Amino acid sequence: MRDFSYLRAASVEEAINAAALPATMLLAGGTTLLDLAKCGVADPERVVDISHLTGLDTIRVDGEGAFIGALAKMSRVAVDAAIQQQFPAVSEALWQAASAQIRNMASIGGNLLQRTRCAYFRDPATFPACNKRSPGSGCSALEGVTRNHAVLGGSDACIATYPGDLAVALTAFDAVVHLGERSVAIDDFFLLPGSTPNREHAMQPGEMITAITIPTSVAARHSTFIKVRDRQSYEFAAASAAVGIAFEADGKTISDIRVALGGVATKPWRARGVEDALRGRAFEPEAVKQASRLAIEGAIDHGANHYKIELAPRVVERAILKTGAMA
Amino acid sequence: MTIVETRAKRGDASDGTLGGRLSRIDGPAKITGAADYALERQPDGMVHAVLVDSTIASGRVLSIDAEAAEAAPGVLLVMTPDNALPIKSATDWLGTPPPDVPYEPLARTITFSGQHVAAVIAETFEQATSAAALVKVTYEDTAAIASFDDPRAGDGMAIDQMTVEWGDAEAALASAPVRISQEYKTPREYNVPIEPHGLIAHWQGDTLTVWEPSQWIDGMARTYAEWFDIPFENVRLRSPYIGGGFGSKALPLEHGAIAINAARMLGRPVKLAVTRPQTFTAYGGRPATRQTIALGATREGKLLSIVHRGANETSITGIAVEPLGSVTSIMYATPNFSSRQNIVPVNTVKPGALRAPGENPSAFGIECAIDELAYEVGIDPLEIRLLNYAEEDPHAKKPWSTRRLREAYAAGAEAIGWSNRDPRPRSMRVGNQLIGYGVAAGTYPVRRTPGEALVRILSDGTVEVASSSIDMGQGTYTILAQTAAEAIGVPVETVRVKLGDSALPRAPVAGGSQLANLMTGAVHKAALAARDELIGLAINDPNSPFRALQANTLVIENGQIASPRDTGSAVAIAEVMRRTGRDKIETLRNTLPEKLRNDKDHFRNFTTISTMLSPTDGDYSLHSWCVHFVEVRVDVDFGTVRVARMVSALDSGRLYNPKLAESQWKGGIIMGIGQALLEEGIVDSRHGRVINNNLGDYLVPTNADIPDLEVISVGIPDTHASVLGGKAVGELAIVGVAPAIANAVYHATGVRVRDLPITLEKLI
Repeated sequence: MRDFSYLRAASVEEAINAAALPATMLLAGGTTLLDLAKCGVADPERVVDISHLTGLDTIRVDGEGAFIGALAKMSRVAVDAAIQQQFPAVSEALWQAASAQIRNMASIGGNLLQRTRCAYFRDPATFPACNKRSPGSGCSALEGVTRNHAVLGGSDACIATYPGDLAVALTAFDAVVHLGERSVAIDDFFLLPGSTPNREHAMQPGEMITAITIPTSVAARHSTFIKVRDRQSYEFAAASAAVGIAFEADGKTISDIRVALGGVATKPWRARGVEDALRGRAFEPEAVKQASRLAIEGAIDHGANHYKIELAPRVVERAILKTGAMA
Repeated sequence: MTIVETRAKRGDASDGTLGGRLSRIDGPAKITGAADYALERQPDGMVHAVLVDSTIASGRVLSIDAEAAEAAPGVLLVMTPDNALPIKSATDWLGTPPPDVPYEPLARTITFSGQHVAAVIAETFEQATSAAALVKVTYEDTAAIASFDDPRAGDGMAIDQMTVEWGDAEAALASAPVRISQEYKTPREYNVPIEPHGLIAHWQGDTLTVWEPSQWIDGMARTYAEWFDIPFENVRLRSPYIGGGFGSKALPLEHGAIAINAARMLGRPVKLAVTRPQTFTAYGGRPATRQTIALGATREGKLLSIVHRGANETSITGIAVEPLGSVTSIMYATPNFSSRQNIVPVNTVKPGALRAPGENPSAFGIECAIDELAYEVGIDPLEIRLLNYAEEDPHAKKPWSTRRLREAYAAGAEAIGWSNRDPRPRSMRVGNQLIGYGVAAGTYPVRRTPGEALVRILSDGTVEVASSSIDMGQGTYTILAQTAAEAIGVPVETVRVKLGDSALPRAPVAGGSQLANLMTGAVHKAALAARDELIGLAINDPNSPFRALQANTLVIENGQIASPRDTGSAVAIAEVMRRTGRDKIETLRNTLPEKLRNDKDHFRNFTTISTMLSPTDGDYSLHSWCVHFVEVRVDVDFGTVRVARMVSALDSGRLYNPKLAESQWKGGIIMGIGQALLEEGIVDSRHGRVINNNLGDYLVPTNADIPDLEVISVGIPDTHASVLGGKAVGELAIVGVAPAIANAVYHATGVRVRDLPITLEKLI
């Protein structure tokens, strides 16, 4: 047995204290941790079970925004009527994520922290070189099969794609990740790999996601999430886009637009270039097409993932056109 | 043994006579969890084996440091080639006698990534898994050839037995008014059954019991007996249910030898189940293939010549041939034909059988090529198929036994609405969706091996059928109950079928789509013999209630025996058995020809494939046929292909149970959709390793990917093909699905994708 100690935390405070110890991982839905333990990537010395803690699965929507407890299940958030009404892109992203079984188990906090599907990351026995697993060991993907790897936000150390869908929608609508007393804007929560791809987010040892909030906005209310993938269910995005739009009173001029990309970048990718190009402009298909190309500014491909550079702007364009027609 | 009892409803669509749509009688056990799969057994004292696999693709093992693993908690044995007990080589499945060298299932020389180099056996699975990670293997690493796309792989070696030629194909091609030539490729595809391969091996003295999912109980038991040098009768192989095999569970594999040897060395039952990643390396799937097909034709589209050159990957040490010309040579009439095939050794596990080996990729080539020719000469893809219809087997020059392919084309075209199609590529569209219609045909041969079955009529009037054949979901339990019920004249719910145990009467491999035909034939024969004996008893026994009738014969219907002239006199079978004092009537029958009715050939018939008849042995050419019509939607911006509608018309002869046959067809069609759009073993060329070796990354279709599938049976009973008129079912329907979809994608988009799968980047 690979032995580890197991602590069933009695409170958030106890969980946080325990999580401060080295080589400690929190266990919520278990869909990522158990998977990674089986393939030899996760090898914690201590597992702190928080799955049973009460009061952390609240889903509440009011005039200010949405409050989603870290232990709320993906499937419950997806079907929440107020989320569907105020933040349709969030619900749609959850519906299209993972499988029904995983959505029923996985927590919202854990969902944000899911690890990449990079095949080299997930097979340590065959591919010892992985800067994300072992800093400084190299990257097996750079010269390998890169069809699913990132074209945005990569570095010489890592091109692993952030795999999630929900975080893409949250990034579009300026969600905030609450770490107990501290809170971090979601765009700052996820880190670019740079030279430290082992650091994926801004959490410090002893911190734990307790909730996510999403501020209410007209754009969030008029939003959509489009996910393009090889298979129609239970599959990660080849490219995805979360888009929200608000119009001026004339019903034509874009007053607010939010665009974020998934499946193509090392972190949930806010496409501010697209937003800046369209904000204040009239909603018009040719302008949308032109602006959508800005989504992949700075993209670098590694051969097999070149198609993502072609695909991502088309997904953005489709999502903007669809959202604009609804708004 | 496993006994499945029939629960049939009478008088509705689940009618239990042969040809009735009885639901699978093993269904309730599977739905409720009562079905006991082989690997769920827990014999006392069972310990667990976990394999240590090579992490390089080519080289040799220099040393194995097992010290840390041996010291780990619960570890009983770290098996390496140096400490394993010797195993003998065995006769292969073709019947070729073995070389006189030991068989070493743990490798010293590495020819592929994932090859077993050691095994750790421990008290618990977790202990064995943990200790396996502590085994330190030092390798000498040499350059690997990852795939046949590597130029160093070369052209491989020619397999002369695969050459088929008539006329002068090259010359006829050169002088043909219309010529097209293209290369078609399929990637490595894997069986990935949901139930992993594995076994529980248990020695008691020199007898061996193995619980293992198997498509061929007697063939595997024979191999185990030879490996471990014990009589065949000393091996008991038990395989009550099989959670998917698709060709991959018919032959004994290295991990089986390792587990049985470990059980012998430790004197305890050993369980070994391969992990999901090992389902990509512990045995091979369909090899990667490439075919160049050149067609020569008249300007009207009449074929003048087919020149076909194929190659498939094989392993460094093994010969695996995926017969790429099998459909090419029989689908269309052509005066000139040439097909040749190479195999190209690369550093991979030896490829194996995956649903319709040969026919499947072969049809992808020729059925795309004929579609290309149709567009080249400007006629309808359906028309060109009828124009070049083969009225007899163009290769064997024999008449078809039955070939209801014209009827299939007509039925399928009508159902899909083929005439509504605008023939111009990229001409049909709704919103962002390009619409395309495609058609392709498929075929699978009727293979024949003699069978054997035991039928018992018991004193209570119920019936037992026994055979070592297996049911992996295709419906063996059910159709054998129906066969016996009809032949004897009893309600199907009074028939119990016992399968999946080498102690039962023997059966050949459940492969090549032969099992249903050969087993219904054997059960029919044995059941009729039992019925005759029962009637003889009723007529002749002094205590029989029918003695006074002085009848020549009697009828049996619904479990009641009666005089044909006086059905009012009906007496239950159980009553006749009671009155005559018989506890059972037992008949064991086989369908071996006279010349094979000796112990040696009888054994050979069931434990090798050396007696299997080819589809053209005899006066006729025997094949099943099908045609698939498909409508796809291709997103104009995203390149994503979705199958919107699919209609398949199939000729499998007589269907013993249409509901189950349709399910098998649909299963094949679903696999074909996966093959067309999703499935691909992705090889890292530096490491010679398939990197998407799990069900998250090796994509098979989900329900969301599959539309409602319409299947239409156009078959008629074909008694040249089998005693009861059936032809091949199981492997037929996957054949032709991928080219139908590829052809539909061309019609939708104007883009020809000649290498599978058809993923979005090939269309944007």
